[in-house]
Amino acid sequence: MSTQEQQPVQPVAIEEIELAVKEQTVAVPKTKVPRDAAYWAPKVDRLVVDADKAAMGFNVAGRRVTGPQQGFGKLWQRTYSAALRPTVSPEQLISEWKDHFASFWPKGNRFGGTLIAPGEVAPIAVNTGGGLKLSTGVLVLYADPESFTFMTPEGHMFAGWITFSGYVENETTIAQIQILLRTSDPLFEMSWPVMKLMEDRFWRQTMRNVAAHFGVTRADITGKTVCVDTKRQWKNWRNVWHNSGIRSVLHLLTAPVRLVRRAR
Amino acid sequence: MTTPALELDVRPVGGATAVIDIRGDVTATSEQPLSAAYDEATNTHGAQSLILNFTGLDYMNSSGIGMLVTLLVRANRQRQKLAAFGLTDHYRQIFELTRLDEAITIYDDESSALSSASATS
Repeated sequence: MSTQEQQPVQPVAIEEIELAVKEQTVAVPKTKVPRDAAYWAPKVDRLVVDADKAAMGFNVAGRRVTGPQQGFGKLWQRTYSAALRPTVSPEQLISEWKDHFASFWPKGNRFGGTLIAPGEVAPIAVNTGGGLKLSTGVLVLYADPESFTFMTPEGHMFAGWITFSGYVENETTIAQIQILLRTSDPLFEMSWPVMKLMEDRFWRQTMRNVAAHFGVTRADITGKTVCVDTKRQWKNWRNVWHNSGIRSVLHLLTAPVRLVRRAR
Repeated sequence: MTTPALELDVRPVGGATAVIDIRGDVTATSEQPLSAAYDEATNTHGAQSLILNFTGLDYMNSSGIGMLVTLLVRANRQRQKLAAFGLTDHYRQIFELTRLDEAITIYDDESSALSSASATS
């Protein structure tokens, strides 16, 4: 007769369970954790901005995220890449990119995130010229040791994903930015001919800054733009309600009112 | 010999419907095999409804989700229906998070997906 039968109320010692598992005398339920589980943001319905970033994130808090299917304009895939020194591994590249993300952005633009980790929400302020800063943000959708991806909120110029990655090609580490986007609404779609040039300048400068960080001073940035879908999604024209350009202007115009209210 | 990261099988199931069985990893390198599977389902089997079977999905990163968007665009262009089944809770949540579930109908199992496909075809 076993000890357990004599004393049924006695809990089984953890050592006994471990031994039984080791000797395979008991079945262990197979709960398979996906390899990518830690890399994805948890599901969110509406974005939440940390209190200390609330002023900058007025166009982000409470918004839903949008993928290319929720956008309005044609679907574009834009890819920028730069070759780095072979001594830099993709893991090193991405680690440094995450740590210094904000500093790689071109001057005059602000990235309000503190951490590039799945689920983080970062307000951003993009210089549109003429002194106006367009306020919007991003959600860190995915982050693994060799890549990370942002997803845009409602009202952002673009509905889609931006992936930053590193990979090895011909024994050289390549830094890459790949954007899958549609403009969010008809107004942004009308501005696309200008916006795409601004975007192009923005990401090329970002790539140059990343390359310079790794000691490549005159990086050759290659860029490629492919139209994946020529159809506009007219069913999403109402996205204009959240247009961050319009809302940023309104926010600027109503600043004196907020100042007076705060003073009372 | 190394095992390929992604294996795809195309099964015509009648009624202009094809099931694409996905086994392994869906990443940026999946573009060519996914495109080939789509071509086989469409051109060889004349499928108007495509059902993705994710029962054997082991890993998917954000580039993999991008590949599915490309597949969806191709299907929409041909006025084909795209559905999915066999997603674990984890991958179902990713579909919901990325709002891909608004464009690709998700079913619990193959029979439900097939019933819906046959009802709409």
